[in-house]
Amino acid sequence: MKCDVCQSEDATVYFSQLIEGKLKKVNLCKSCAEEKGVTDPTGFALADMLQGMGEETVTEKRTAPGDRVCDECGFTQSDFKKTGRFGCAHCYEVFAEGLENLLEAMHKKTEHCGKVPKRYEATRARRERLNDLKGKLQEAVASEDYEEAARLRDEISKAEAESEEAPSASAGED
Amino acid sequence: MMRFSTLLKKPAEWMRSTGPDHDIVMTSRVRLARNLVDHPFPGWARKEERLAVMGEIKPAVEELSEMKEAFSEEMTNLSAIEKQVLVERHLVSREHAAKGPGCATVMNRKQTISIMVNEEDHLRMQSIQPGLQLLRAYKALDSIDTELESQLAYAFDTRYGYLTACPTNLGTGMRASAMLHLPGLVLSDQINQTIQGANKIGLAVRGLYGEGTEALANLFQISNQTTLGRSEEAIIENLDRVIRQIIENEQNARLKLLEDRPTMLQDQIGRAYAILTHAHIIPSKEALNLLSLIRLGSDLGVFEEEDREIINVLLTEIQPAHLQIEAKRKLDAEERDVLRAEIIRRNLKGLTAPDFGDILSNRDTDDE
Repeated sequence: MKCDVCQSEDATVYFSQLIEGKLKKVNLCKSCAEEKGVTDPTGFALADMLQGMGEETVTEKRTAPGDRVCDECGFTQSDFKKTGRFGCAHCYEVFAEGLENLLEAMHKKTEHCGKVPKRYEATRARRERLNDLKGKLQEAVASEDYEEAARLRDEISKAEAESEEAPSASAGED
Repeated sequence: MMRFSTLLKKPAEWMRSTGPDHDIVMTSRVRLARNLVDHPFPGWARKEERLAVMGEIKPAVEELSEMKEAFSEEMTNLSAIEKQVLVERHLVSREHAAKGPGCATVMNRKQTISIMVNEEDHLRMQSIQPGLQLLRAYKALDSIDTELESQLAYAFDTRYGYLTACPTNLGTGMRASAMLHLPGLVLSDQINQTIQGANKIGLAVRGLYGEGTEALANLFQISNQTTLGRSEEAIIENLDRVIRQIIENEQNARLKLLEDRPTMLQDQIGRAYAILTHAHIIPSKEALNLLSLIRLGSDLGVFEEEDREIINVLLTEIQPAHLQIEAKRKLDAEERDVLRAEIIRRNLKGLTAPDFGDILSNRDTDDE
């Protein structure tokens, strides 16, 4: 059997890897195997190599019934289970269900409080104000200050209406 | 634009210079992950989509003021060995080196900032500083990131922060890490305790070349595990505090070894010196572990202070791809072991035999 890469030497290294649920095989000669780094399985992805060889891995879409699909990139819930990664930024909205628990297990917290790009600063400020008001509302209810609670409730619905008008967070561009 | 050969001739700035606590902390690194809106993440994107993203990001990165006369190349234009050299210098990840069309790397002349296009995320930006200077490394990236966000539309969510391919990087998209040299904790069998302690408070400890790699040369990489829910500065502050504690533990372990087991220490460092200055065939693992002992020796004052720089450079220069670049041809494992021994002998020629006199006699007077 000839080497799949150089097509001249005899293949002596046989490599198989499970890619998207399908077993892919490649046969290489000793020098091509070293060249491609096959000898170090952790740094070697057969998928990338096959793509490099001009054979773009065909991604068959077999969506199981009930499997949620991202309407922007076609990524599915089971793809996420398999890879632990998302297909695009929009996936975070599509697969929001259950995400909160996952994030809490990973990071202990679920809300970003680091750097914010300039174009999102206004949205961010509105969000913080809203959270602040909601906290105060709970306090007011707890202390049975219903007059204050009613005032806060009105303020919250006003603030929420304002954020509706603002550009949606993840769509991003001005 | 800088050529690969120029890049090779110049050791990275962080390899040559020193920083705070550089006897124990080799380097501080920070990386940020960013993605563009309306494009699938690299791992899910088709080749054309990756090429389109690269077409958008690469010019924007090249225009950064920091990237004047930078090195900038698509990964497909680099040979396997050239890519491996970048991995050995910690300038690109092993994953990135295995990537094909649509992936690129840009780095500044000093090799302190390197930017990977279409790694796991569209943008992976990394900053390296010598010694313990995590905040400085972050600030250098922060300004680059701010410059880029005016050019590129980042995927960001006010609740979740920067959106990344893997939810483990969500929020700040920041991983801060330091490379620690801990021979004292290893020799006194306290290293596992240290690693477990760090794990317990949410920090990851890895070997020399990241995830899943073995701890060679008594080098350990410690980094934050969580990226969401705390600010960049808070994450760094916490990591910095833990590292300072580990530094203190390492210093105490060294003092205790000098106190309790001076002969063992003398023997280990003496053997390392003898083998490295006389071996003609030396495998990578053995060389790295012995160089670590020489480094320990220079920290303890049994070698000259200026010898440390040679050790730092050697740690990289004796790696397989660097050897093959030096030889200007492919080398098999045996040939590499021979060339490695030769390079080490040549570089350590000026190194005088370890002199424990002062340290041990001071200790003796303490005893009396």
